[in-house]
Amino acid sequence: MLAESKKNLFNHSTIRNDFPILSRKVNNRPLIYLDSAATAQKPQVVIDAVDNYYKFQNANIHRGVHTLSQEITIAYEEARATVKKHLNAAHAHEIIFTKGTTDSINLVAYSFGKKYVNEGDEILISSMEHHSNILPWQQLCDDKGATLKVIPINTEGEIDLKEFKILLSAKTKIIAITHVSNTLGTINPIKELITLAHQQNIAVLIDGAQAVPHLLVDVVDLDADFYCFSAHKLFGPTGVGVLYGKQKWLNEMPPYQTGGGVIKTVTFEKTTFADLPLKFEAGTPHISGAIGLAAAINYVNAIGINNISEYENELQVYATKRLSEIDGLRIIGTAANKAAVISFVVDGLHPFDIGVILDKQGIAVRTGHHCTQPLWNIYGLQGTVRVSFAFYNTIEEIDSFIVALKKAIKMLI
Amino acid sequence: MKIESIENEIIEEFEIFGDDWEARYEYLIDLGKSLPLIAQSEKSDNLLIKGCQSKLWLKSSFDGNLVNFFADSDAIITKGIAALMIRVLNNQSPSEILSANLDFINSIGLKEHLSPTRANGLVSLIKQMKLDALAYKSQIVN
Repeated sequence: MLAESKKNLFNHSTIRNDFPILSRKVNNRPLIYLDSAATAQKPQVVIDAVDNYYKFQNANIHRGVHTLSQEITIAYEEARATVKKHLNAAHAHEIIFTKGTTDSINLVAYSFGKKYVNEGDEILISSMEHHSNILPWQQLCDDKGATLKVIPINTEGEIDLKEFKILLSAKTKIIAITHVSNTLGTINPIKELITLAHQQNIAVLIDGAQAVPHLLVDVVDLDADFYCFSAHKLFGPTGVGVLYGKQKWLNEMPPYQTGGGVIKTVTFEKTTFADLPLKFEAGTPHISGAIGLAAAINYVNAIGINNISEYENELQVYATKRLSEIDGLRIIGTAANKAAVISFVVDGLHPFDIGVILDKQGIAVRTGHHCTQPLWNIYGLQGTVRVSFAFYNTIEEIDSFIVALKKAIKMLI
Repeated sequence: MKIESIENEIIEEFEIFGDDWEARYEYLIDLGKSLPLIAQSEKSDNLLIKGCQSKLWLKSSFDGNLVNFFADSDAIITKGIAALMIRVLNNQSPSEILSANLDFINSIGLKEHLSPTRANGLVSLIKQMKLDALAYKSQIVN
């Protein structure tokens, strides 16, 4: 059944060939890469796009009258249009290129915070946020005398909707919440949360770092005020990411960083800022990154994001079933609606030890707190082993991982 | 026994394993299991070595001539590595501990544990052992 539906979606022998790194060996074993939630591997088309840029297209954008500059400006703006289309945003100028999700969240926390958050206000986050969706808000609250409130989760790792509704108030200025948890795998019902927030005119920022590689995201349908993601988790280059923001907010918000590119006119007395999106893109941006991101999006769309979701769900369900067969193994995060991320602990064993022994067998997993320390305080754990899948992973790899994990447990106990 | 002699002894022991990572790690795990524990009540935060993914505690004592080390960790591989370090640096003078270059780690196929990403704290452990030795050395001078 599994094998059959997999065949219908896409051909693995060709897909895996698109990713040069997947054919390398680690510790004399074929690499089994189960850490795509940390960063995804890159297909050849992305590597080529970045390579081609430096070989044949390199020039600065929005600056010169010369041909190269004009060509790359067009390519850079086409990359923005590709992102716009991928997220189904209303306007290309609502897409801001940033350094990544962390940078996008910091931008909003700074600029939205500067304009709209005052003493006594409240900012709402959930218990399952990544540190990068906690710290910028904590800083903002410290600066403004506002309060950070935290939405509780149930033991399965799902947002407590009843508590969420209670926490919403006239004081709440913004809600920052993850679409998909990087540790528990939970897919949050963000459309419902956004609807509830908007009934009280509260803006919502969605951390989409773990969602965009796996799910179809439509920012207009979700009605998100801000949506952030990183290119490198979407099979694109590191160091570049996206902030989607509704123009009604972005137009009103002050620039985050200032410098070259963000201006209309500058005198020593006063600066008039450029229109969107350049207002938020100070300095020479990560041009090759944007070009590479567009290549990654086109690659993903050629496979089909819904095909990817469906196949990854099969991997997740299969891995969950196989892991559940192991004595003393406990999966942390058992939400009904999950992405291809599984965190687990084994009784009496430290995640670090398991990670080391898996690595010796060529298997890359993540161990530790996964940048969600407050979450582990809730679960009373120091951390977990986390496996995460992308569409280039296979059922056979999961079988090999299970064998390797059993071996690790046998050695360590 | 001199530090360098102990290092050579360990290198010889590990040579038997050759390319067999499994045997090497099984040995390390056994070493970890044999490491004398630090009592739960003594595991205060000031004995905790920073920079580790696992928790690692280090305690030392000084009799005026030689330094004694005790370590414990919640991860067994980290304990095994700590056991090796203690075997090399235990019952040595502060000066000898400070001048030890500890090259044996590279020779026994555990170099990866010195990498910054591994974050198992071996680097921090060595640093703390040397800091303790430095503190004891200053006692002698005074």
